[in-house]
Formats: sequence, structure tokens, C-alpha cells
Amino acid sequence: MSLKERVQEILGSDLIDLTEFRSDICVEIPKGRLVHVLSRLREDGGFDFLSDIVGIDNLHLYEKKKQKKAKKGQEEESEPERQGPPPPRFEVVYLLLSLKTNERLQVRVRVPEEDMELPTITTVWRAANWPEREVFDMFGIRFKGHPNLRRLLMWDEFQGHPLRKDYPLEGKGEERHLNYDVV
Amino acid sequence: MGFQAIQGEGWLLAKAEQLINWGRSRSPWPFPYGTACCGIELMCALASGYDMARFGAERVAFTPRQCDVLIVAGTITKKMVPVLKRIYAQMAEPKWVIAVGACACSGGVFRTYSTHQGIGSVIPVDVYIPGCPPRPEGILYALLKLIDKIEADHPLYKQRSKLVEALEAAK
Repeated sequence: MSLKERVQEILGSDLIDLTEFRSDICVEIPKGRLVHVLSRLREDGGFDFLSDIVGIDNLHLYEKKKQKKAKKGQEEESEPERQGPPPPRFEVVYLLLSLKTNERLQVRVRVPEEDMELPTITTVWRAANWPEREVFDMFGIRFKGHPNLRRLLMWDEFQGHPLRKDYPLEGKGEERHLNYDVV
Repeated sequence: MGFQAIQGEGWLLAKAEQLINWGRSRSPWPFPYGTACCGIELMCALASGYDMARFGAERVAFTPRQCDVLIVAGTITKKMVPVLKRIYAQMAEPKWVIAVGACACSGGVFRTYSTHQGIGSVIPVDVYIPGCPPRPEGILYALLKLIDKIEADHPLYKQRSKLVEALEAAK
């Protein structure tokens, strides 16, 4: 049985979307089922290794889409626009690897701006500790139940989340000051 | 040599300043502060191929208490700035600073939220080396320039005004 079929079987109804690009498989799953799906992929799918956790901010992409929609709407008002909630701005990608079969899998979860919280998966892979801290540091996505959710790269007093697209590249003039500067 | 020696009978005459400068300029012990790729070039300059020890940078000190030249080789992030300040403060006088490479001099290509734009705004720098990274010859050249600077220094004259002030206060 191929990897695609196996993943489809394991995920079942939790599978929102599955794309394949040059034999790399990427699946999207609902936010609420994250821990369940990932622990099943670990137990039954053989994905025993968590390579990395990556955050994505799709701000410009969605703004462009919105503008396109608005233009279309002006030109042909008769076309019915699909109503629904705006697309979630953030994505978190879990990169899994099976050390036995050397297969890889991307698992994507969408995170809307209004509810920036995901369950932690440190209960599934303890290695998720630092990657989750990094995603929190850079994007401000909180991980519920994380044992030590502090900033990983920036210093503790730092305000803002630098990898968000609306954060200026040159920063907002933050400087680090420590107590012994005064002496 | 910067001072005249009159030989015979075990006498040596020189200006005290020149004697001090002679000693200082021939033993600029470095403190390697390598944070990025410039640190690799610094290691190369210190190792046997280029052998910085030829110019008196004999012993690499891994404690700021026992060194003369702080060689900052690499990107200094804003998170690192207090550490750099503290290390400079821990160094004993006399002390000099060489900024190696574009990042330490000006932030280099990293004009970003996390990179400090040049260490010159935090600690006084004596020699800047351009390059990304500079070759080991560049680092040796900077050390020679620093030695020139040390030889042209007036260590006692600088203390003279302080001495005069202290004497007048004692009166």
C-alpha cells in the first residue's frame, strides 16, 4: 500500500485536503483534531520523528485575494460571491519523517487570527518543545499545555513577533537592556 | 627600536613612555570574540598558517581579565549587546578593540530587527576591518595598525593631568 493510501486510511474523515507534488505528500487537517491525528500518524503511520515545526503568515496572499475579489465584484456585480468566514491568516506545518521507511509527510493546520492557540504536541514528541517555542516567538501562536512557553530566539522582554508580515524588517527600535548596564 | 640603549656596565637608558609602549606593542594578547563566519578567519589568522603570534599576539586569552585586544569577529545581535558591553567592562586597562568584518563594523547586510548596527555605538573601537569576511591578511594588517597606534600612544601623559589634579587637591 502506498504512503498516500495509508495516510488516507489513517486520517479518514479528518482529512481536509491532500496534495502531492513530486511524491511529497501534504495533508491539511482541522485544528481541533491535531493531537489525535499526529499521535495516530506516529503510532500507526510509522512517523516516529518530528523534523520541524514551521509557521507561515499568509497576510499578503489573502490581502491580494481580497482585492481581486473586490475588483471582480465591481466589474460583474451579478456574479454571486461565496459568503463565509475570511480565510485563516496563519498556518503551522508539522514536518514528519519515518526513520524506518524514510518517508516524509507535511501536516498543515490553519490558525485564524481571532484564535491564535493550538494544542501542544510535546505530549506526542518531546522534541516539539523548542520548535513550538520558536513559532510562538516569531508568530505569536500560543501552544496550550506547553511546559515552558517562553521566547526562544529573541530576549524575554521583546515586544512583537518579528516574522509576521506586518512587522517591519528593521524592527521598531527595540534594544536589550540588562540590569548590570546601570552599574 | 624606539629607545636608545647605552651598552656596557648593565645600563639601559630610555624614556619611560617608550619602554612601556615597547612592552605593550609587542604583547597585544587577543581575546577572540567570534560570533559568525569572521570567527573562522580569525581562527585561521591565529593558527600556524598565518601565525598571529609572530606579532606578539602570542597567547589567546579566554578570559577578559588577561587580555589586551578584544577582537570582535562577527555579527553582534541586539540580544548579545549587553554581553559584549560586560566583557569590555571586565577587561583590564590598557585595552583596545578591533572590529572584524562588515557586521561588527556596521551591521553589514543584516539591516534587521535583531542585528546591532555596528559595535562602535556601544564600545570604543580602535581598528575597523572591512570585508565579508576579511582574509587573515586583513586581520594581521589590522593588528599591525593597532601596534602602530600603541607605539604612538602616550600612556604616562594621559595620566599626568589626573596626577596634577590629585596633587592640587592634596594641597
